[in-house]
Amino acid sequence: MKKLFNRNNLCWLILCFGSYFVLMGLMSAGIINPVYQTVIQTIIVNIILAVSLNLIIGICGQFSLGHAGFMCVGAYCAGIMIKQIGGIEGFVIGILIGMVLNALIALVVAIPTLRLKGDYLAIATLGFGEIIRIIVLNMEITNGAAGLVLPRVVNFTMMYFMMALAILIIVNFGRSAAGRACISIREDEIASEAMGINTTKYKILAFIIGAVIASWAGALYAGNFYIIKPGMFTFNKSIDILVIVVFGGMGSITGSVIAAIVLGLINTFLQNFAGIRMIVYALALILIMIFRPSGLLGTKEFTFSSLFEKLKKKKGAKS
Amino acid sequence: MSVLKVSDLTRNFGGLCAVNHVNMEIHEQELIGLIGPNGAGKTTLFNLLTGVYEPSSGTIELNVDGKMKSIGGLKPYVITSLGLARTFQNIRLFKNLTVLDNVKIAMHKNIRYGALSGILRLPKYYAEEERVEKESLELLKIVHLDHKKNELAKNMPYGEQRRLEIARALATQPKILFLDEPAAGMNPQETSELTSLIHEIKEKYKITIILIEHDMSLVMNICERIYVLDYGKCIANGTPEEIKNHPRVIEAYLGEEI
Repeated sequence: MKKLFNRNNLCWLILCFGSYFVLMGLMSAGIINPVYQTVIQTIIVNIILAVSLNLIIGICGQFSLGHAGFMCVGAYCAGIMIKQIGGIEGFVIGILIGMVLNALIALVVAIPTLRLKGDYLAIATLGFGEIIRIIVLNMEITNGAAGLVLPRVVNFTMMYFMMALAILIIVNFGRSAAGRACISIREDEIASEAMGINTTKYKILAFIIGAVIASWAGALYAGNFYIIKPGMFTFNKSIDILVIVVFGGMGSITGSVIAAIVLGLINTFLQNFAGIRMIVYALALILIMIFRPSGLLGTKEFTFSSLFEKLKKKKGAKS
Repeated sequence: MSVLKVSDLTRNFGGLCAVNHVNMEIHEQELIGLIGPNGAGKTTLFNLLTGVYEPSSGTIELNVDGKMKSIGGLKPYVITSLGLARTFQNIRLFKNLTVLDNVKIAMHKNIRYGALSGILRLPKYYAEEERVEKESLELLKIVHLDHKKNELAKNMPYGEQRRLEIARALATQPKILFLDEPAAGMNPQETSELTSLIHEIKEKYKITIILIEHDMSLVMNICERIYVLDYGKCIANGTPEEIKNHPRVIEAYLGEEI
């Protein structure tokens, strides 16, 4: 128990609740207007997507381009249940169904595709994402291309803490023995197997956890933004998530969080210059990739303990 | 008692027979050398024994708890968990991870908590992580790398990387340790340090060690028995003295007498 409440964890706890109360306060005081509230909600969904994809790409080293497919499954499961049962109960049941369904889909997809490596895996998962979208497009219960129009059932508090939980799960996984096994697969699969690690098992495990958490993002999206349609879950959405992961640094969860926030804000401020928005956005990405080729944080994580050490060193240097 | 028995092991790559009807029998706590000219099939034999390749024919039997178990064609991670560990000819460390993490990863099969207790951070997680860290540091101490535990593997000098690979292999708690050219690229002083390290490991852990090596002074110095491969065939086996004077071995290395 002593280890659970060290200075580092306490700092994270304060940061987590602190930013929650600040955001909550600013919203209820009307300083953050509804437009920016939508921006924050989008960022929250993107953070969940980015950290879950980072588990697959950054920690386990398996290049997947089908993440929008998993989000789509989560969104439609929640959406349909909100329609059928209604309200928050429908949402909760929907999210559970989405998680189970996504876990099963991930398992079925992972077993054949994770034998592939690099580009081949990317193409296979890309195909998978499209298959999901086409299925949803042609089903009755999903209302085809028109999509579902839904009432808003989740609030900011719920979104925020689901995001915090998603980050916590992935960080904890990354620092456990299973996470180390995944990292070793990223580093050198042959050596990893020679060290007694069942590489297939851990690749599938990372894939499933990533998919299950992506379904949360989908469900929150459905419960928050009033409308879901297949056109939202195209290949482009997968690329958007990938950009956040690469931008923040593959393998760095804190990097993904920061990148999701930064890119979300850049996107919002550029909306005032609609004509050149995409040009400036692309330019910003290119510049950052030139100056920080391995992303904002690389594979490093931001931790409070390393911050304290730096401060201590600075103090020591001064005196 | 034999710990590893190889009979009639053959591996073909297309028309090339890289390992040709090799027979070996290795006893407990022996220190075996495997030598032969370049391309003789030594590394292929290692790869067959550790499960990287599947044998074309023949059997490999490992002594598991007193019973001989056929391991030919099993997956590498299964073979490792049965007690065979290896190092690689071209070092394959997890380069971007710290020295300590490299060893911790190899302890994987001895960690007794699942992914779920890792995510939920149950007390078991803390207890096991503490034990793993302690045991990893002990292993690093044996290869004299404990002072470098937080260094990235790729930033270490060559000789230290080789020693780390040995520590990492030991972390899987093997019964038989395969070393693929452990002294390659080392200077004479590093080689002699390595020699005493190998002796130390053998004494401390009571394991069988099989090594491929081109440095004859090292092989003749420490190996109790030597197998010689040439063009995939086992042409001789015996004590270093016997091997030194074996006509077929001299022929393989120096060519026929005219």
